[in-house]
Amino acid sequence: MRLTTLQKFLWAAVAVALVAVGAVFLLVDRSPEPIAQAAFRPTFSLPDAGGRLRTPADFEGKHLLVFFGFTNCPDICPTTLAEVAQVMDDLGDQAGKVQPLFISIDPERDREMGLAEYTEAFHPSILGLAGDAAQTRAAADSFRIYYEREANLEALDVYAMSHSPGLYLISPEGDWLGQFTYGTPASEIVADLQARL
Amino acid sequence: MKRIFATLALIAAAGPALACETVTVGPLEVSQAWSRASIGTARPGVVYLTIRNSGTADDALMSITTPAADMPMLHQTVMTDGVASMPHAMEVPVPAEGQVALEPGGYHAMLMELTQVLEEGETFPVTLTFRDAGKVTIPVTIQNIGASEPTCPSPDE
Repeated sequence: MRLTTLQKFLWAAVAVALVAVGAVFLLVDRSPEPIAQAAFRPTFSLPDAGGRLRTPADFEGKHLLVFFGFTNCPDICPTTLAEVAQVMDDLGDQAGKVQPLFISIDPERDREMGLAEYTEAFHPSILGLAGDAAQTRAAADSFRIYYEREANLEALDVYAMSHSPGLYLISPEGDWLGQFTYGTPASEIVADLQARL
Repeated sequence: MKRIFATLALIAAAGPALACETVTVGPLEVSQAWSRASIGTARPGVVYLTIRNSGTADDALMSITTPAADMPMLHQTVMTDGVASMPHAMEVPVPAEGQVALEPGGYHAMLMELTQVLEEGETFPVTLTFRDAGKVTIPVTIQNIGASEPTCPSPDE
């Protein structure tokens, strides 16, 4: 019986997600502004796990490799963070010129569960940032990425977020350089970075 | 690559556990079952595996159970216009004379409410229930938290 109720909830979640995705599609359609405009500078102001407020200025001189996700996500978030870890290993001596950032889109829960131990389990260089709701929304808007809680499933504590899972590359000057879509092999990302470093 | 070798070394060191087992039920063969190590039990775990169907009729994976989690569920990561969502999968189709993989970025079994920490190098059993072929249990190899593919070779290799 428990499963039946759960299934109803989950189908409701699917419906909400579909509507949400449809809404985003329409919004995107109405503002066909190219994302690769020169001098597009996404920004953020978010605390790290130690509570220190971080902005792009903290990482001057480094390329930023930014991923939005949440630690309660068993499939694509670990897969992407593992790929980032592989990239950092493969960069070798040049790894110091790249700062990977994991920006939580479920910040309250991620702080409770331990953001730093999670990101460090993948690679010690990955820095996790988790702000409040307004800071998080501002960062996501600035990167023009989408995330949404799919339905009010808090009580069930299930998979309740959908989001844009790409890796975003920012130049040392803060300019948007591009996006590696989900599933881009680590070797391609490494080659792209090596050409820039 | 280093990571893969490290994982292989750990599995080898763990001795003749039931890692990399291939099991069959009716015309179905299940192999390469793997998971990722967990930090504690608060976050959900995952199970990936490959199912081959040598039969002439379609089948479907309907549900999974495991002592490692109180609420395991089948999900599918779906990408729509660059947005990923993870709806519950009511069933995972296993086509006749074909195969389906639970793999990163696609179908996956999500282990909610872990009952134990998933330790790298260990295994835990998962029982799969198919619509027609029935139930079969396979040991799942726990790989590194940063693993992205199974270390167990495909049964053909």
